Amino acid sequence: MKKQFLILLITGIVAMAASCRKDPSNNTGTTTTQYGKTKLEFFNNVGSSKLNMNTQWYKNENGDSFMVSKFNYYISNVKLTGVSGTGNYAEPNSYHLVQESDASSQSFDMSNVPYGKYSSITFTIGIDSLMNVSGAQAGALDPLNGMFWDWNTGYIMMKFEGTSPQAKTTNGVLQLHLGGFSGANSVVKTVTLSFDEPIQVGGNTPHVHLTADVLALFKSPNKIDFSNTATIMTPGAAAKKIADNYANMFTITYAGL
Amino acid sequence: MCLIILQLYSCKRDPSFDQPVTTADNISFSVPSGWPQPYYTFQNNTLTKSGFELGRKIFYDTRLSKDNTVSCGTCHQQYAAFANLDHEVSHGYNNLLGTRNAPPLFNLNWHTSFFWDGGVNNIENQPINPIQNPVEMAGDMNAIIAMMNADATYKNMFTAAFGTNEANSQRIFKALTQFMCMMISCNSKYDKHMHGDAGGEFTDQETRGLAVFRSNCAACHKEPLFSDFSYRNNGLQPTVVNDSGRAHITKDTADLYKFLVPSLRNLTYSRPYMHDGRFGSINDVLTHYTTGIYQSSTLDPLLKSGIKLTEQDKQDLMAFLKTLDDPAFLADARFSEALAK
Repeated sequence: MKKQFLILLITGIVAMAASCRKDPSNNTGTTTTQYGKTKLEFFNNVGSSKLNMNTQWYKNENGDSFMVSKFNYYISNVKLTGVSGTGNYAEPNSYHLVQESDASSQSFDMSNVPYGKYSSITFTIGIDSLMNVSGAQAGALDPLNGMFWDWNTGYIMMKFEGTSPQAKTTNGVLQLHLGGFSGANSVVKTVTLSFDEPIQVGGNTPHVHLTADVLALFKSPNKIDFSNTATIMTPGAAAKKIADNYANMFTITYAGL
Repeated sequence: MCLIILQLYSCKRDPSFDQPVTTADNISFSVPSGWPQPYYTFQNNTLTKSGFELGRKIFYDTRLSKDNTVSCGTCHQQYAAFANLDHEVSHGYNNLLGTRNAPPLFNLNWHTSFFWDGGVNNIENQPINPIQNPVEMAGDMNAIIAMMNADATYKNMFTAAFGTNEANSQRIFKALTQFMCMMISCNSKYDKHMHGDAGGEFTDQETRGLAVFRSNCAACHKEPLFSDFSYRNNGLQPTVVNDSGRAHITKDTADLYKFLVPSLRNLTYSRPYMHDGRFGSINDVLTHYTTGIYQSSTLDPLLKSGIKLTEQDKQDLMAFLKTLDDPAFLADARFSEALAK
């Protein structure tokens, strides 16, 4: 009788313990997700110094002199990769037009970023192919921004304009309008850059400085010679050569609070 | 919000169809019975009566052009099935001329690309071209948007269509698309014939003509849209214009002198024919195909030896092609300039 009671008691205790095991989803002690921001700031340099448009002469890898009058590019599909324990973040409606001539376009906040640590950033230089076939768009994608070919539907992913005495065009004008979203000559480039230390999104907003080196456009793997490459106005092999170069143009020069 | 009712019906003609536009709050797009599914589906551009009416107003508004004389309707005339009757190429702003024939507008929902060289991949991206082209409307989109934002009627119509009164390029193009993508031509004698409907009884000549058509033309001018929307070189001798056609877009020499295969519906109303309007009559077109083919490295293989037609074949074929005319489409009051306030 005593033994049976003991078994019953132990069974009862075990049963009670089992029923007391908390369902994690009902546990009011777990944290609900909080959301913060991350600020992205874009800087356009030539070599290690800030780009000065319309006033300063530079030299490309080929030894050609040049001055810059316009430098615009699209940044899209921005994502942050979380350190283990933090999920990944993808910015919704992620389409930004960065223009050297417009300071306000050179930084933006990503919102609703879950609190946590992120080790790297991934983004596209240009506009993904789906958006190039999806009809009339607005905001950064409005064709009235001058970054769109109406006669051959598609976005100009990067626009570089300037002058070079080595260019064989009238007045040495350089017009490099780089686009093309499909096939072998697509210029759409996806870039992933790691932070030296993971950034922490929390009550404070971390900043990430993405610095582009204009010289990269003309350097490697394809050395660009302005005497034969001064005008690009359609998708094709010439645009692809420069895109293969500009895939390398960004570095992270700061990532932290 | 307007209700969108998608329904399948057979494009059978109801006499009440020809009455003036109703003031009902709904509008419906229907895939004609037996037709393939359209490429454009109004995704991200919900079809509403107010969007359609705004698109119609914009389509006929000459204020889109630099000198307030050219609207879309100037070169796309309903009585010509929305082509430009009797004009090889159109005259636009300042009477400037282009190099290509204004195509008729109907059944655009089934196109996968636009323009004779297929440079535009979505109907929403088409209107910006004639609006901004210096020899067509020579318009300034920013000025157009400012005009609309200052116009009480437009402000009301933008609010009805899109919720707020401000105009922007996206809304302008989506409204125009809602108007253009309701232009379905599917009620010709041929369509009635294919459905076994009253009014579709073919004469012996039309029946012979259909057989001639299917033997000689149908490979490119595929039923029921009468185009396969491919780009082909149909043996037109290049002129001084030397229009490279599809190669202008792809930069591929294999695409030299290839142009989009047009539909053969509504030919009676939409002359002249070809990308540069060089043929004023169907008889001239058939003479080209039988004896006028210009050989080149990109000539379509199907036309290497031209098309063999007897004189009787030609007469029968022309009689058949007339059965593709859709007078009800021309008379459809919903698309008329009269209703564009």
